Amino acid sequence: MLSPADIDTLLLTFKVASIATILMLLFGTPLAWWLARTHSAWKGVINAIVAMPLVLPPTVLGFYLLVLLGPAGVIGRFTQWLGVGTLPFTFAGLVVASVLYSMPFVVQPLQASFTAIGEQPLEAAATLRASPLDTFFSVVMPLAKPGFLTASILGFAHTVGEFGVVLMVGGNIPDKTRVVSVQIYNHVEALEYTEAHWLAGGLLLFSFTVLLVLYTGLKTSPVAHQLK
Amino acid sequence: MTQAITARFQLEYGEFQLAVDLSLPGSGVTVLFGHSGSGKTSLLRCIAGLQKAQQGFLQINGQVWQDSQQDIFLSTHQRSLGYVFQEANLFPHLTVSDNLQFGLKRVVKAISNPVDLQHIVELLGIEHLLQRMPSSLSGGERQRVAIARAVALTPEVLLMDEPLASLDYKRKQEILPFLGRLHQELNIPVLYVTHSQQEVAQLADHLVILEAGRMLASGPALETISRLDVPMAQDRDASTVWQVEVLEHETEYHLTRVRFDGGELSLPMLESQMGTVLRLQIYARDVSIALTAPIDTSILNVLPATITDLSFERNGQSVVKLQVGQLSLLAHITRKSALMLKLQTGMAVFAQIKGTSILN
Repeated sequence: MLSPADIDTLLLTFKVASIATILMLLFGTPLAWWLARTHSAWKGVINAIVAMPLVLPPTVLGFYLLVLLGPAGVIGRFTQWLGVGTLPFTFAGLVVASVLYSMPFVVQPLQASFTAIGEQPLEAAATLRASPLDTFFSVVMPLAKPGFLTASILGFAHTVGEFGVVLMVGGNIPDKTRVVSVQIYNHVEALEYTEAHWLAGGLLLFSFTVLLVLYTGLKTSPVAHQLK
Repeated sequence: MTQAITARFQLEYGEFQLAVDLSLPGSGVTVLFGHSGSGKTSLLRCIAGLQKAQQGFLQINGQVWQDSQQDIFLSTHQRSLGYVFQEANLFPHLTVSDNLQFGLKRVVKAISNPVDLQHIVELLGIEHLLQRMPSSLSGGERQRVAIARAVALTPEVLLMDEPLASLDYKRKQEILPFLGRLHQELNIPVLYVTHSQQEVAQLADHLVILEAGRMLASGPALETISRLDVPMAQDRDASTVWQVEVLEHETEYHLTRVRFDGGELSLPMLESQMGTVLRLQIYARDVSIALTAPIDTSILNVLPATITDLSFERNGQSVVKLQVGQLSLLAHITRKSALMLKLQTGMAVFAQIKGTSILN
């Protein structure tokens, strides 16, 4: 069965993933909106940067984050100047790393559903006196609801599943940075296969359920109501 | 004229250039007519602010919406306009009723008098659709909702971009009477983009003809339709529109006599009351020409006329413009006939009208 330490890692994982998902939606939504609408030459560059975590080994991302956020890094110096210390091996550092690592899973579905909405509803809203911000909340958000759902679920699930970046940036500190994937690693290292089974099996079930919901439950809705 | 529209735009993208300088009446229906690529939709979008002309000046009823020299450009949502798109473009996540309310909720100088909306809803015959979702409506119903949604704002100007183009003939006929009624009951100037001569004949008070981004003609509709130098006169469906007044019904022949500015015509029996003013469309292909008054003809409407203009087209056809009383009339005849009859500008002839159709 799950030990109290296992349960702590589960709770911590849930906390990291929830906070990271909220932050990704906050930052990812304007970014995805800009990417879906812009004709700027920077679009390709930004798209590539956002998608990088999809192909990079997590250790590479983790390594650079460690350097940047560390005491000698640019961001590390800034955070020290702010008086909050350095981020590596803290909960906050773990969240920052998770946000960067899972961002494409939030930005890409949002960008796709914003693109699918097209120009027409926005123009209709403008001729009906809605300002661009008003239009975003009253027309774009409702129409992109399936995109937001997909983005939240994928962003959350992917954060739960991360390992490499966590180990590099967060380390293995109980109650601060020790998440489920790291705990499974600990169990296996200690040859505690039964304990590893419980957590690993749990994650397997969780991932399958999430994907099942995405592919069956939401299948009917992604931008299902095309504009007439 | 204070109640008027001034629009000057210069716009360039790729191969296309739009360069127009228009002065339009502040009431009635102004039709912007042209074939695809003529720039009529771009012009409408510039007026709406959906597209920004590099150089432009736009004044509607005394308010300046754009003046590139003073760097003035109101965004679309700041302009008091109604816009009806080619596709109804209703919000799919809102009911018909919420679609109608969308703009009303945001209008600043809200007339949001529910009686007005009620009136518009009745005028367009959509009372029974209010709780439905747009996806469950037919194309014609959707377009009626879209028109109501735009009109409900009582804008300074109503812009309509081929609102009937995506509908079949039957649906068009379902909406046209509503447009006619709107135009009579609401005093909102309408700019109406179309490539259909039928719609021009039926709706236009003022007509602007565009070709390749330039204005070819602009003037009162009835005169402009029949001008020889505008390509409309050469179209297969070219026609003249006359305003006529019902004089009397000849019930034994099932005919109605009508008067126009300069003569009378017999038409198949109409249901309209005496004194009613109607628009009569006469297709150029239904008009033939005789040099002497034909005595033994079955055609009832033979009118003395003068040739005011004559042109030969490449396809063996010739377009003859006639003056009948105070009105002009177009005739399409073969080039051979025109040559055999030795038709010339200034000749007195007789126009025989084989058929007419009533527009309203």
